[in-house]
Amino acid sequence: MKIHLTSVLVDDQAAALHFYTEVLGFLKKHDVPLGEQDRWLTVVSPEEPGGTELLLEPARHPAARTYRDALVEDGIPLAQFTVDDVAAEYERLSALGVRFTQKPLETGPVTTAVLDDTCGNLIQIASRPR
Amino acid sequence: MADDLFKALADATRRTILDELAERSGQTLFEICARLSTRHGLGISRQAVSQHLTVLEAAGLVETRREGRCKFHDLNTAPLRRITERWPAPPVPNPEDSTR
Repeated sequence: MKIHLTSVLVDDQAAALHFYTEVLGFLKKHDVPLGEQDRWLTVVSPEEPGGTELLLEPARHPAARTYRDALVEDGIPLAQFTVDDVAAEYERLSALGVRFTQKPLETGPVTTAVLDDTCGNLIQIASRPR
Repeated sequence: MADDLFKALADATRRTILDELAERSGQTLFEICARLSTRHGLGISRQAVSQHLTVLEAAGLVETRREGRCKFHDLNTAPLRRITERWPAPPVPNPEDSTR
């Protein structure tokens, strides 16, 4: 068994594609129309184009809003991505207008920060453990 | 009011929360929990931390604000002034006197 795909629920797929590619820097992998308004839309890391895909999934289920709002209120990230240097990513993304709900924080062997993906989720970035 | 203040300060976990907020004000519940567990080895539930924050808020030591859909916690040390007003601290000794 392998983890080939994971997903985040997004308010708007077009806006999510922009944020996850143009701002975070992922690459679009699959973009297949599904029905009248939805797409099977995945992105991958440029460092690992054949690696795990992230599905930008429409958050249309009525319970999705309640669930995601509760997480965001408490500052809880829905997903975590690994970066080489959290402080450098914080500077780069802040300059692009990204809002952080947690600035870089050293917690034992890893440094983390939490950002708003503008699509209804908080995302944690974390350094690899030293 | 005074009872709320002393009750809030009478717990080691709540004092640790104040320490962490003193280092950086404006933290989400998630960040406070992360600091307590990774820096202080306090394995307490998010719900318990939330209850501690409610006590600190009742004492006026923590204030919350909403920014977008997020809730942030700020430190407010103003209520502590009531303690030194009630029991004034001795004057700080003059460093020149102490060398004698």
